[in-house]
Amino acid sequence: MGTVAVHGLRKSFGKVQALDGVTLDVPDGSFFVVLGPSGAGKTTTLRAIAGLEKLDAGSVHLDGKDATGDSPAARDLAMVFQSYALYPRRTAYENIASPLRARRCSSSEIAAAVERMSSLLHIERLLQRRPAQMSGGEMQRVALARALVRRPRAFLMDEPLTNLDLKLRVEMRTELTRIHRSLGGTFIYVTNDQVEALSMADQVAVLKEGKVQQVGTPAEVYERPANQWVAGFVGSPPISLLPCHAEGDRLVGADGWTLPRPRWTTAEDGRPLLLGLRAEDLSVEQRGEASLPGELYGLEPLGDRTVVDVRVGTEILKVKARPTVTGTPGERLHVTVDLDRAHLFDAGTGLALSEAGR
Amino acid sequence: MAISVDEAVSTGPARDHTPPARRFGGRGRAVLEVALLAVLAVVMLFPVLWMIETSIKENRDVYAIPAKFFGFKVTLDHFKDVFVASGGGRSALSAAFLNSVVVAGVSTALATVLGVPAAWAYSRFSVKAKKDQLFFILSTRFMPPVVVVIPIFLMYRQVGLIDNKLGLILIYTAFNVPFTIWMMKGFVDEVPAEYEDAAMLDGYTRLQAFWRFTLPLLLPGIAATAVFALIFSWNEFVFAIFLTSSDSVRTAPPAIAGLIGGTTVDWGLVAAASIVFALPVLVFAYLVRKHLVAGVTLGAVRR
Ligand SMILES: Nc1ncnc2c1ncn2[C@@H]1O[C@H](COP(=O)(O)OP(=O)(O)O)[C@@H](O)[C@H]1O
Ligand SMILES: [Mg+2]
Repeated sequence: MGTVAVHGLRKSFGKVQALDGVTLDVPDGSFFVVLGPSGAGKTTTLRAIAGLEKLDAGSVHLDGKDATGDSPAARDLAMVFQSYALYPRRTAYENIASPLRARRCSSSEIAAAVERMSSLLHIERLLQRRPAQMSGGEMQRVALARALVRRPRAFLMDEPLTNLDLKLRVEMRTELTRIHRSLGGTFIYVTNDQVEALSMADQVAVLKEGKVQQVGTPAEVYERPANQWVAGFVGSPPISLLPCHAEGDRLVGADGWTLPRPRWTTAEDGRPLLLGLRAEDLSVEQRGEASLPGELYGLEPLGDRTVVDVRVGTEILKVKARPTVTGTPGERLHVTVDLDRAHLFDAGTGLALSEAGR
Repeated sequence: MAISVDEAVSTGPARDHTPPARRFGGRGRAVLEVALLAVLAVVMLFPVLWMIETSIKENRDVYAIPAKFFGFKVTLDHFKDVFVASGGGRSALSAAFLNSVVVAGVSTALATVLGVPAAWAYSRFSVKAKKDQLFFILSTRFMPPVVVVIPIFLMYRQVGLIDNKLGLILIYTAFNVPFTIWMMKGFVDEVPAEYEDAAMLDGYTRLQAFWRFTLPLLLPGIAATAVFALIFSWNEFVFAIFLTSSDSVRTAPPAIAGLIGGTTVDWGLVAAASIVFALPVLVFAYLVRKHLVAGVTLGAVRR
């Protein structure tokens, strides 16, 4: 068992409202990612779950029981800190053994558990070193081992991969997913990296300024962003947003372009909207009637693909194209739009329009 | 922590010494510097040197006119007199030294035991009006001892703490606790709170987390702070002379001062007693010198 449910968490630091009513429901055994930019309140959320932060309001339920007032030790959780927080005077072995020592395991049990962890994370040769004698990646593995050495209710991980270089980060991403599969258990994983979130999560909660913006599977968050901000935060290159409004069976852009109105659009005529178009749903090859006239603004070759920046009126559209695409800036072209995959947001509230008819 | 006292303490004016260097040229400046420092050293160290000489001269040579700098007979009799009474047995001075050891040691231990947890609490927890409280704590040190000694004398007389080692221990502890809190708070602030957070998630209580994980990291700071407290208690004179009178209670500073003032003064004994008195402090300060600098410069270091 390992369900974590938090309800209406509120916490302020002086004038900063770090958590503004955070509610999350983490199912048993899931890899649950909390995604948000720096300062969104991710660390504070984890610390609240762990019992390290005194809350202004809200409750924490572990396995269905109210644990709001419980001490961190009583909550039976493990955490990887953003800074790793390895004990500086102790060897990797002692660091990893610490949760077992605190719970009075026998030294043979401890030795077996530490050995299991060190082979799982490939840190056998680090065991006698102190944190100061390890690289960032090595400390990160030891911190993970210290968390994973026990079977707690849930594992809390605060941006464990952020401080690693890109290659190691990609490796560890796969590794962590593998570990989650092989060990089982509930993982609550915090990150500001949307690629990490999308590639690792069973469920993603998107957090911004202490408020949950959306909870869903990675596909849901990517394909049906709840609002303009989530659409912009998740996905790379970022989604292009064009101001427009509906007029009869057309969508009319602020810059004068028109497109057929998607069937499912529920907005009344004239209401200011934002049309959200992801790079992969656009094409610089002209086909069909749903297309926008623009001019080539720049090319961004990325090896496996090229992102073409196209200026439509005053806005820049990011269009994914084949790596072989060529062109000169200023060249006129048409961008074909896959309207079935387009997103529409209310320009005032930023909320996605109902897609019930889609 | 890699910062010297100079860097931490000197502000603008210290830099003003550089331009003259160009006028004098490097060589002349160096000579002048050495000469000035030598003069300063002689002025500062002469009394110390004289004290050391006096402590090992025979009484005859101590009073010789003109004074003998060299060529006197060396004797350790004065040092013997410090510890052994003229008729055999322990001298009053040696009892005073023992009293000093007890009073300074116990008051420092008490101040450390009380002050370190308080500093930890002020560093780690959100306390109402924390800054005001800390300022209030420090403000108890603003008052010079001479100012408070009379009321304390009167209060002590009521509760029977006059001429009582416990009385001195309490007052020295009271003076050292604020200092310990202030200095230790700086050291605790330097230790990331996350070690304790991690320990609590491992399954330790908050106090266990402090005891097992933070306290060991604080030991150098505690040593430095304790040495400062020890030096204060060891050297303290005003309270000691007002609040104690009998040989069995008196600490060394008033006891040594008491040697001066009779019809004849045994300067050799005074010098020897002073040296014995100064040694422990010098040894301690030497042992923890690195941490003393760290403690002094703490406020200047930003990580
Ligand atoms: N101990 C603290 N004191 C003051 N402000 C804090 C503290 N912890 C967090 N904050 C503030 O709360 C907000 C959320 O912080 P945090 O949860 O660390 O964000 P994240 O982990 O998503 O980057 C930030 O604006 C941060 O500055
Ligand atoms: Mg954080």
